[in-house]
Amino acid sequence: MAEGSVMSRKNLQMLSESLAKVAKHFNKKEVKCLIRLYNDLVGEQSERRMGAGLDRSKFRNILHNTFGMTDDMIMDRAFRAFDKDNDGFISIKEWIEGLSVFLRGTLDERIKYCFDVYDLNGDGYISREEMFHMLKNSLTKQPTEEDPDEGIKDLVEITLKKMDHDHDGRLSFSDFEKAVRDEELLLEAFGSCLPDTKV
Amino acid sequence: MGVALTRAAQWTTAGFGTGKLEITPLNESILQEIIAFVENFSSKHPKESSLVFKEPLQWTTTLEPSRFGSGYEVSKLSVTSVETDKDGRPLLRLSASNIEVLSFSQLSTILRVAQDKKLREVQACLEANRDPVAKILGASYATVDGEDYSVLRLLEKVKQDDDANHDAEFEMKVFLLIQQLDMQLMNNSLKQISQEVRLSPATVKNEVELLESFCGEEQEAVLKSVEYTSDYEFSNGCRAPPWRQVHGEICYLKIKPHDTDTLYVTCSTAGVFLNGGVDEEKEKTDYERKSEVYKDLVNLLKQRSSHFAQNIVKQDFAVYKEPLSARQQVDPVDAEEEGQTQRSGDHQTKRAHEKTLQPTSQKMTSSKKKLEPSLKWKTLGLPAQSEQSDLKEQSENGKRRKTGKDDTETEKTDKKLPSPKSKKRANFPPSPLHAKHSGQISKISGVWTEEFSESSSESEEDEDQLDRRQESSTDLPSEYWQIQKLVKYLKGGNQTATVIALCSMRDFNLAQETCQLAIRDVGGLEVLINLLDTDEIKCKIGSLKILKEISRNSQIRRAIAGFGGLQMMVNILDSPEKKLKCLAAETIANVAKFRRARRTVRKHGGIKRLVGLLDCVPSDSANLTPEQEKDIEVARCGALALWSCSKSTRNKEAIRKAGGIPLLARLLKSPHENMLIPVVGTLQECASEQSYRTAIQSEKMIEDLVKNLSRDNQELQMHCASAIFKCAEEKETRELVRQFDGLKPLVTLLSMSENKQLLAAATGAIWKCSISLENVAKFQEYKAIDLLVGLLTDQPEEVLVNVVGALGECAQEQSNRAIIRKCGGIQPLVSLLTGTNQALLINVTKAVGACAIDPENMTIIDRMDGLRLLWSLFKNPNPDVQASAAWAICPCIENSKDAGEVVRSFVGGLELIVNLLKSDNKEVLASVCAAIAKIAKDEENLAVITDHGVVAMLAKLTKTTDDKLRRYLAEAIGNCCMWGSNRMSFGETGAVAPLVHYLKSSDTMVHQATSVALFQLSKDANNCITMHENGAVKLLLSLVGSTDEVLQEAAAGCVANIRRLALANEKARYG
Repeated sequence: MAEGSVMSRKNLQMLSESLAKVAKHFNKKEVKCLIRLYNDLVGEQSERRMGAGLDRSKFRNILHNTFGMTDDMIMDRAFRAFDKDNDGFISIKEWIEGLSVFLRGTLDERIKYCFDVYDLNGDGYISREEMFHMLKNSLTKQPTEEDPDEGIKDLVEITLKKMDHDHDGRLSFSDFEKAVRDEELLLEAFGSCLPDTKV
Repeated sequence: MGVALTRAAQWTTAGFGTGKLEITPLNESILQEIIAFVENFSSKHPKESSLVFKEPLQWTTTLEPSRFGSGYEVSKLSVTSVETDKDGRPLLRLSASNIEVLSFSQLSTILRVAQDKKLREVQACLEANRDPVAKILGASYATVDGEDYSVLRLLEKVKQDDDANHDAEFEMKVFLLIQQLDMQLMNNSLKQISQEVRLSPATVKNEVELLESFCGEEQEAVLKSVEYTSDYEFSNGCRAPPWRQVHGEICYLKIKPHDTDTLYVTCSTAGVFLNGGVDEEKEKTDYERKSEVYKDLVNLLKQRSSHFAQNIVKQDFAVYKEPLSARQQVDPVDAEEEGQTQRSGDHQTKRAHEKTLQPTSQKMTSSKKKLEPSLKWKTLGLPAQSEQSDLKEQSENGKRRKTGKDDTETEKTDKKLPSPKSKKRANFPPSPLHAKHSGQISKISGVWTEEFSESSSESEEDEDQLDRRQESSTDLPSEYWQIQKLVKYLKGGNQTATVIALCSMRDFNLAQETCQLAIRDVGGLEVLINLLDTDEIKCKIGSLKILKEISRNSQIRRAIAGFGGLQMMVNILDSPEKKLKCLAAETIANVAKFRRARRTVRKHGGIKRLVGLLDCVPSDSANLTPEQEKDIEVARCGALALWSCSKSTRNKEAIRKAGGIPLLARLLKSPHENMLIPVVGTLQECASEQSYRTAIQSEKMIEDLVKNLSRDNQELQMHCASAIFKCAEEKETRELVRQFDGLKPLVTLLSMSENKQLLAAATGAIWKCSISLENVAKFQEYKAIDLLVGLLTDQPEEVLVNVVGALGECAQEQSNRAIIRKCGGIQPLVSLLTGTNQALLINVTKAVGACAIDPENMTIIDRMDGLRLLWSLFKNPNPDVQASAAWAICPCIENSKDAGEVVRSFVGGLELIVNLLKSDNKEVLASVCAAIAKIAKDEENLAVITDHGVVAMLAKLTKTTDDKLRRYLAEAIGNCCMWGSNRMSFGETGAVAPLVHYLKSSDTMVHQATSVALFQLSKDANNCITMHENGAVKLLLSLVGSTDEVLQEAAAGCVANIRRLALANEKARYG
């Protein structure tokens, strides 16, 4: 057991060194801590899945409990954004890289991340339908209104008007990037998907 | 067309030769009609349009030949059309700027070519061709007033020219078309004219009388004065000369507002307007209209004088002006819109208000009283031709109004904002106020006080009414509805939707007032301010970004403060997020532009927090981390907010107590202008306080202020100069400015004659600095005096005050007095004595007085009658001016050759100055005594002032303890002794004993004057006894040992007189 822990400590050292190079926003010590956290989290999982990495529900728990995210869909999409190789699990590398952007990312990195989250079907565009989907719970329904979706539709149009610079009725990455650069508040335009700096 | 043009179109009345069409809405609509007619003529009536005119229409055009295209032979300066008439004349010929046209098709081409100049071309054409019909169809169709045989003539013609039938037919058609247009024009202008108010002499008179009762010098008064230019009133009530009465003019007024130049106003039956004014010298009035026509004087004055507009609402005749405004068709829209646009809070009051009105209007319509054109209408300034029909129509309006009102009222309760439909419906009825008056119609006319008592509830609202006026009468812009929608999403959305709505709202032009007010009117402000209280940092940022922009509007500022926005923003200043702090501080800077807001900021601890923002690292290093840069930005925003806040005295104190001064001193070293401007702005604002002036000096800020004087930023320079202006009250500061070479840049700034604010600040700084004589020497070296003299003309008063102040200080130096003369400064200085600005007068008198010490200057002053001008200032109510004038008079009398005679020549002048001895201002008394001492040197004048009782008055003053007054009083008494029995009189009035006590004063100048006076008084035996009794001998004996020869001599002389009396007494007793 002692030997094993020596081994793992050595491994940990090496792993954190190599990963610290990948994730530029963390120093070695932080990487080490995050690896430990990852190992703990994975350790709690059932044996069967241990090899593959962090699974979706576990990850969602973290987003929900630690970062206060509530929107299921956005959390799912965040998982997808972390899970670069699309295998349904977040590997240690994906974990460190993802958190690097998630917690300390530059504006560019965060724009990319957010766009990935919002591009629900991953086709490189945020379409009207996707927007509608993401915004559909953003307005309190007023009982007086005939069409409860009208407000949402209007909101989508407002957003498109604001962000769709090439007027093709959908947001490409460059549309999104330009809009966010003009107005940083639009980074999380379709739902909170980054940790909030609480005031 | 002809009839409409001669009758309806408003030709300028005073013009000679070819008349000019005035630019009035009526004329414009007529011209537009004609344009439409001509433009469509060739397409609607192609055959007729080719009809050749009998004579060409000629006028001077502004069109360039190059504008004409195909179908024309275009050369550099001329154009001729290819089309010609039968005789080969081209249908259009343009050479130089003269254009001749022979057919309608050509006319419409011109209009097409003219594009945006259409209106101008048509106007020019009509001005040159007063009767176009005559030219088009021949002289027989000329418009003759009162008769219309043209149709008959046409028929005749058709009969005669059977063979030329073809042409005549066209002619007839054209004629009929023109007739048709004429009718149309007449109808239109009739509509407009019928809306106009006709004023009558009685209404004008009433209004003038009313305004007169609110005139006065004090600030609360709406105007300084209102007067007729002519005192003679004709039997018909008009004051205009008969040859002007034919133009409908009633009278001319000369109105002096508080804030602008004198206005010359013509009251005519069509309304009131500004005229060219009266040339005082030639006694000629320029009758030409110079402004728009307003419905009444109040409306005109509101436009012309902001002081009037502000203060009129405070006067109790708020009600009066509403029914007066003849915009009855427009005003109701205002009233309704106000109702709609007010927020729910105000809603209640407004509705309550309307309800109170309801009964009166109901009463009016239900009772259906026979409405008589009572006197009331006249006094209210309503249409003078109060014909029965007119009133009936109005009562009908009232009826319709009632139904309309009910609808809107119910709708308003249902929805926050009524639909445009209901708005339109509410459009036609006259205003509630109007209805109220109709309701009162049956009452007996005339008692104003009745209205006054009613108005009190409204006068508060008035402020709002005034500022909402601009949005009235137009339909709400589309932005309004879009903003309303966004606000709805703000209210009902989660943070994602809120952020989207906020970002989208920022895409509107928030600098535009319509958008700003729209946000307020749809209840957006409350939501935005509420967002500041959430935890969502993005929402706060978005909200503040909007608030920052729209708070540039003063109405919005007040609303933000009213909703408690300042408290929220002050709280945000504690946030760790720097961006938020910046935005909050910047918004506070915008909002805290009025006193209540500044107090709110202070009360909620905002000053302390804002001062806290200033604490950032010194920013002179070139490579800063992003964090440091953010800190600097925070400090800058903090300084901006403090700048706004520092306009309140209490806040200045709070800033100091919060330790702001050292922080400001540190920021003052910043290299960035955008940082320096708010910092120096705050400092100069605070420098009005003694504590700050000391601190600025002790914190070594003068050096930085001086350094920044030389920066290439006028705003910064201005604030620096103005800070120095205020600080240089202190002697040490003046020295420091010189030591840091600040005087030269100040002089350099004198050449900034374009920027008056900067100039005022720079001259102010020079003025205060020149109080130190060392600085005067420097200024002389820098040739500042020449420059200052150059600024004596054509400058605003705030600059003049400082320039003259500086010259006054410089003129204390002998050589400078000559320089001022050589630069030609004496004349402008003396002519400034005729001004009214008190601060300026104080400085001018001082400067003139200083200059008068030089005899050569005095000759110039004499030549310009300067002494008389100075003398006339004794009538000025301000004691400072009086004193300053009296001081200035002293050297004038001394240096003027025949001063005695000149002074005597002022009718009542000597009495005037003697009466000033009754003043209770020490400075006035001292200065007047000094002047009397000079006047009394002339024997005849002394006789006159003695007659005016100068002795008793001087004697009464002797009890004073003020050394300055004592000195000049003694001097005056000494000089007044020279006449008749004045010495005895002084003794009898008890002036001697107090004078003796003056000798105990510590001031040697008092000693000198007093001993001279005592010497004079001692020539009277009784006075000697009094002196002796009061122990004068001992005091005088000690003064005989003085080094001052005058004092020595006088004291000795006085002792000698007393001694002589004693000897004589002994001799008489024992001899």
